[in-house]
Amino acid sequence: MAPLKHFESYGQGIPGTKLDDLSGWLIVIEGPDGVGRTTHVNRLRTHLERLGYAVAETGFTRSDLASKGIHDAKEGNTLGANAYNLFYATDFADRLENQILPALRAGFVMITDRYIYSLIARAIVRGADPAWIKQVYSFALKPDAVFYLRITPQVLVPRVLADGPFDYWESGMDVPMGEDLYDSFVRYQGRIIEELDALARDYAFHTLDASRDVDDMAEELCDSVTRQLTRKAAGPAA
Amino acid sequence: MNPGGVFGRIPNPYPGKLFIVEGIDGSGKSKQLGLLAQWLRSQGHLVIFSEWNSSPIVRETTKRGKKRQLLTPLTFSLIHATDFSDRVERDIVPALKAGAVVLADRYVYTAFARDVARGVDRQWVRSLYRFAVTPSLAVYYRVPLDVALYRILSGRPKLKWYEAGMDLGLHTDPSESYRLFQKRIQEEYERIVPEYGLAVMDATLPVEAQQRVLRDLIRPHLHDIVRDPRTVSPEPEWHP
Repeated sequence: MAPLKHFESYGQGIPGTKLDDLSGWLIVIEGPDGVGRTTHVNRLRTHLERLGYAVAETGFTRSDLASKGIHDAKEGNTLGANAYNLFYATDFADRLENQILPALRAGFVMITDRYIYSLIARAIVRGADPAWIKQVYSFALKPDAVFYLRITPQVLVPRVLADGPFDYWESGMDVPMGEDLYDSFVRYQGRIIEELDALARDYAFHTLDASRDVDDMAEELCDSVTRQLTRKAAGPAA
Repeated sequence: MNPGGVFGRIPNPYPGKLFIVEGIDGSGKSKQLGLLAQWLRSQGHLVIFSEWNSSPIVRETTKRGKKRQLLTPLTFSLIHATDFSDRVERDIVPALKAGAVVLADRYVYTAFARDVARGVDRQWVRSLYRFAVTPSLAVYYRVPLDVALYRILSGRPKLKWYEAGMDLGLHTDPSESYRLFQKRIQEEYERIVPEYGLAVMDATLPVEAQQRVLRDLIRPHLHDIVRDPRTVSPEPEWHP
């Protein structure tokens, strides 16, 4: 069992929830759509399980509460932009309380495929006030580490295209940001990457170059996370 | 620390007017708003009603969360803010742009009172709702707790889980829990009234007296606003 450690939230915490019974690690993988987060999360999970860690994971719109509503809303594109921002916040809060906190209480390594940062970035790109949306998400726990798979739109586009047609939402067509899916994808993901770069500075991400070969990238990520875990196990969290 | 600012700093930039009634259940505010709407329409004003829980997509999630008791204080607050945001973007702002009189039965103050009564941070929820348009006038229906409780509980209603605040574990009996929860909400309202300058209505007055007071409060805000073209008297016919 991992020792109890000190987790804190960015702001006033989570109503009705004490954070003093948590152990485990909260590891965040951030990066734009199509950068290969799913591949890297899977490899990281396998790697950590081989080392004997209990691993759990979560990702966007996987909450019991709000995932169905968000999918329904996307089908008809029937919600206002700000309501979407808050719907995603609801989904995140539900996963924080019902997936992330229980996993941390049980001493798991919780790998989250994106966290508040991508949600903040997508809200800002859609016109939300940066200070406001950061304040909305201030209930979130500070993770042990955020690994940012950084890539440029120029490298990202051919990779995404190789996997099939551009996705409507991943191209920001609800905004929209260009005449067709290609234009909009390039501009939208370019803006998302700009915002993630800014957040990387504000929130001290570990930035990894994701334009490299997948295997090299996976090895570096696995090594970095392992170092993080063994460092934390050696002493109390900073 | 207040990085995102809070609700109420940006005045209503639109030609329309937004009027709010607020108060605990059983304060009589909804009835008063209905009477006000009739009067405003009779005066030729374009009147739009806006209520909580009106966005169809979000309502499904809210209903599901309530029915299956999935909501915590945090997600209760956020899902209602989502719904409210959609209502502001979809109903309230377009109507205000068109110059209508928008009447809202409950507004952000309900969330401030109810969510804080559930343990949500006061400043956080005020920041959460920063996007909402500041009303032209908000009226708080002040009523003694026992009077409001009697009005609601004497009908022997089947109180719903969240309505009764059962999620807070204040009491195992729904009626008792409801009393304790409403008391907390009322205490929060009393804090909000001076903070946001809500007008206070003595909700123990007779219905007609309250309506007179309400109309007197509204009247100064009605200058220079659009009237419903269907009800405006036609120009007198010209007889050469």
